Amino acid sequence: MRRALWVVAVLLSHWRRHPLQFATLMIGLIAATALWSGVQALNQQARTSYDRAAAAFGGTRTPMLVSPSGGAFAQQLFVDLRRAGWPVSPVLEARVQIEGRSVRLLGIEPVTMPPEASAAAEIGTAGAQAFIASPGQALISRETLTELGLRDGATPTLGNGQQLPPLKLQAALAPGVIVVDIGIAQTLLAMPDQLSRLLIGKAKGPRPNLESVTGQQLRLVQPESETDLERLTDSFHLNLTAFGLLSFVVGLFIVNSAIGLGFEQRLPMLRTLRACGVSARQPNAVLVLELVMIALLAGAVGLVCGYVIAALLLPDVAASLRGLYGAQIPGQLTLKPEWWLAGLAISVIGALLAAASSLLKAVRLPLLAAAQPYAWQQAQHRWLRLQGGGALLVFATAALVLWFGDSLIAGFIVLAALLLGAALALPVLLGLVLAVGERSTRRPLLRWFWADSRLQLSGLSLALMALLLALAVNVGVGTMVESFSRTFVGWLDGRLSSEIYLNAASEAQAREIRTWLAQRPDVQAVLPGSQAEIQFGGAPVQINGLPDHATFRDQWPLLDATPDAWDRVRDGDGALVSEQLSRRMQLTLGQSVTLPTPTGPWTVQVAAIYADYGNPKGQFTVNIDALLSHLPDSPQTRMGLRVAPENIAVLMDAIRARFGLDGRNLADQASVKKESLGIFNRTFAVTSALNAFTLGVAGVALLTSLLTLSNSRLPQLAPLWAIGLTRRQLAGIELMKTMCVALITALLALPLGLLVAWCLIAIVNVKAFGWRLPFHVFPLQLVALLAIALLAALVASLLPILKLVRMQPADLVRVFANER
Amino acid sequence: MLTVRHLTKSYRSAQEDVAVLRGIDLIVAAGESVALTGESGSGKSTLLHLIAGLDEADAGEIMLGDVAVTRLKDPERAALRRDRLGLVFQQFNLIPSLSVADNLSFQSRLSGRHDQAWQGELIERLGLSALLKRYPEQLSGGQQQRVAIGRALASKPALLLADEPTGNLDEDTADEVMHLVRDLVSRSGCGFLMVTHSARLAAMLDRRVHLRAGLIA
Repeated sequence: MRRALWVVAVLLSHWRRHPLQFATLMIGLIAATALWSGVQALNQQARTSYDRAAAAFGGTRTPMLVSPSGGAFAQQLFVDLRRAGWPVSPVLEARVQIEGRSVRLLGIEPVTMPPEASAAAEIGTAGAQAFIASPGQALISRETLTELGLRDGATPTLGNGQQLPPLKLQAALAPGVIVVDIGIAQTLLAMPDQLSRLLIGKAKGPRPNLESVTGQQLRLVQPESETDLERLTDSFHLNLTAFGLLSFVVGLFIVNSAIGLGFEQRLPMLRTLRACGVSARQPNAVLVLELVMIALLAGAVGLVCGYVIAALLLPDVAASLRGLYGAQIPGQLTLKPEWWLAGLAISVIGALLAAASSLLKAVRLPLLAAAQPYAWQQAQHRWLRLQGGGALLVFATAALVLWFGDSLIAGFIVLAALLLGAALALPVLLGLVLAVGERSTRRPLLRWFWADSRLQLSGLSLALMALLLALAVNVGVGTMVESFSRTFVGWLDGRLSSEIYLNAASEAQAREIRTWLAQRPDVQAVLPGSQAEIQFGGAPVQINGLPDHATFRDQWPLLDATPDAWDRVRDGDGALVSEQLSRRMQLTLGQSVTLPTPTGPWTVQVAAIYADYGNPKGQFTVNIDALLSHLPDSPQTRMGLRVAPENIAVLMDAIRARFGLDGRNLADQASVKKESLGIFNRTFAVTSALNAFTLGVAGVALLTSLLTLSNSRLPQLAPLWAIGLTRRQLAGIELMKTMCVALITALLALPLGLLVAWCLIAIVNVKAFGWRLPFHVFPLQLVALLAIALLAALVASLLPILKLVRMQPADLVRVFANER
Repeated sequence: MLTVRHLTKSYRSAQEDVAVLRGIDLIVAAGESVALTGESGSGKSTLLHLIAGLDEADAGEIMLGDVAVTRLKDPERAALRRDRLGLVFQQFNLIPSLSVADNLSFQSRLSGRHDQAWQGELIERLGLSALLKRYPEQLSGGQQQRVAIGRALASKPALLLADEPTGNLDEDTADEVMHLVRDLVSRSGCGFLMVTHSARLAAMLDRRVHLRAGLIA
């Protein structure tokens, strides 16, 4: 035991003598853990919210009975089933308007509600009486209460004039939902004795066949492991995870670099330990133990940093998810113990992964050979050759996956393989470029410049790989976002063609507004709109209703169309299909599609395909009259108004004054566009932040590598100083060398980044969101990134260079001293 | 050619100033070879470093020809080393990233005094013809020291300064290298000042100067 402690003390003394190296190792592990854990915290927060929404009061996580058409059914069926021994509980659900906002109203029956649907826990035994008895209660989450601008105990009026029972704050309730007793819900919705579904409890017992009780009036729906919201947001979270993983890998590059150097410098120490009689196994075991302890320490700090990163990014992520998918994510971060444990585990796993090659080298290299100064470097050269071969293998894998793969995961595999292959190939390519430079000159300083840059490659290559990856991803994501931005603005102009958009509080008000507008000469056209949602191909799909009008015929952003597309739509037997739906369901022009509606199957032909960016759901656009005849319950509260630009403000003022509509229900085209672009920008704010973090980590990797190298560079630089170069000249040359390899790396990162952008646009986006953007190259953006890369290299070089300039001659002379 | 007058140098240790050189006077004539001997810590290497302009003296004067080394600023001292001095160290201090051929011609090309014929002769005399494409790490200690000597002499310096040039070599190789250096120095006509512990090697040179506790004994 004493010997083991002695070995530990001897090996740990290395870090005491090399505090900078220790700091580098810690920075790498902290950065890797922080960025990975931060992203995981965001994902976990979102998923917890989805689960909360799905589980509360029998969402899709509970088996249920519904009518085959999806519409309401008679309450008597519930009574029949209970009498027959079925553990069912009734639910009535509809959307209602409160304060101009659309909210889900849920009527439940707490006594029969299955415990696994969490009703009992949320209402509580004592609360059940107040919930059921008059005047009852309307349970609401804090987020919804805040959004509606109401207080606990308020009794708001619904769009149909009915008044809700007093609101009662229920913290655990999903946002966007108000829960009342089923009897109250039937009254509020004017649906006496009507139900939307019956939840089935887990209670066991003899029960007759469903058909023998209800005939064909109800069908069984099995619980889903994944909700619609989870399905829709999967790609968003996958993107976040990919970025987190990239940052993690970049952080591990720093760790690998620090550990590699630490092992190299400790090999003579290991030899001495062996010579003193320590077994071969003991130092290796101590090295692993030491690494695990360091990883746990760094992991703990990294988790705290990850929490801060997640808390900073959460508002943008929440806004993106709300804007894109309508998902409600609380703005406050709450994390489970698993997150903390997983963070520590990932830090340890990352450290062991990053140290794997060094540990193997330490175990395999003969100790005497290890003590020779160039043994490690020779091993590095062999490693470089292996890396080159590995790069070719990885590129071949990418090509195969690209050829045969056809999924989002395949897209990410191609991306990962491209980045990994390029990182592995970088030192080989840099070595080739520097060798060409060396051969092209006879001037001694220039030859040394190129040759020494090559020599430094093994020490710098990991940091340069990190820089390459960070730059390539920046170029790739930047190009994609810019392409998207340009396309999105053009597309918005086509989609938002009315000058004013309004959404009435109720259908009665909508009728009143239409009548009033018809009398105003400044209104050129009223374009009513309606939307319904059905399940199509196993996923929710929107059906959008539009009137036949030149506004749409002229400006709707069609990507492909039959010659008579708009005529077919007008006649009610044609439908425009969104690009993402056409890709997902492989719908082509002229193909017949049957849509399930409450009034029976509705067959339409695909007349055109249009761009529908930003909408995670598939969409059919049909004539509004056809929509209302097949889906008569679709709300008719929305409309667009065509008005001359000079009349917009006057008309909006008049509508506000007459109907009391505010900014949430009434907006001009410019405001809607601004809001849409705002959502767009916030969506990519998170990506940009992670991009910047990754580039920052790459900069730190470069700085720490240069600092580490600068300490071991003296024996190489001192002879040149002795021969007649000044310290200032040496510092200048050292700076030029770093800038040179950074420039070559950045130049290699540009085409790689464009390839990454192509992968994102042509593969990942198409699979994740269902749309393909036109690919643009933005030269100014590339030049800016090149400048940022050089600036990062310059900043990273400054400290080591200043150290060299300020170095005392005595330090350089020490290199030549005989008794060093 | 080299004149050192009343040269002093001290270093600051943790508690006090330690005087390493306490008033050195030394003259090396053109073409003369001088061995500088003394015990460890007597100030031999420090004197050599001061003459080479690698370090700054506290007081006194060093004249190399008509140039007052002690009055030069850092860039001027660097130019002096480049153009007029040749340095050889015990640790060889070759440039690991350059081949033997490039190491040999490095200083002469840098100072613009490259002479292909002289370099050819050096290569021939030093027995490096077969090693020109190799890198320092691929050479033995004796071979590396021969390259270091070749590099120092290739620019035809006025004075060759060597600090224990054979300290890392076995006796036979050390003798071989010393004979070579002596011949090449006399061929080039430069002065030669060598720090050594070895009385045997010191006896090979024209004159021997012994340092004791920072003073010429």
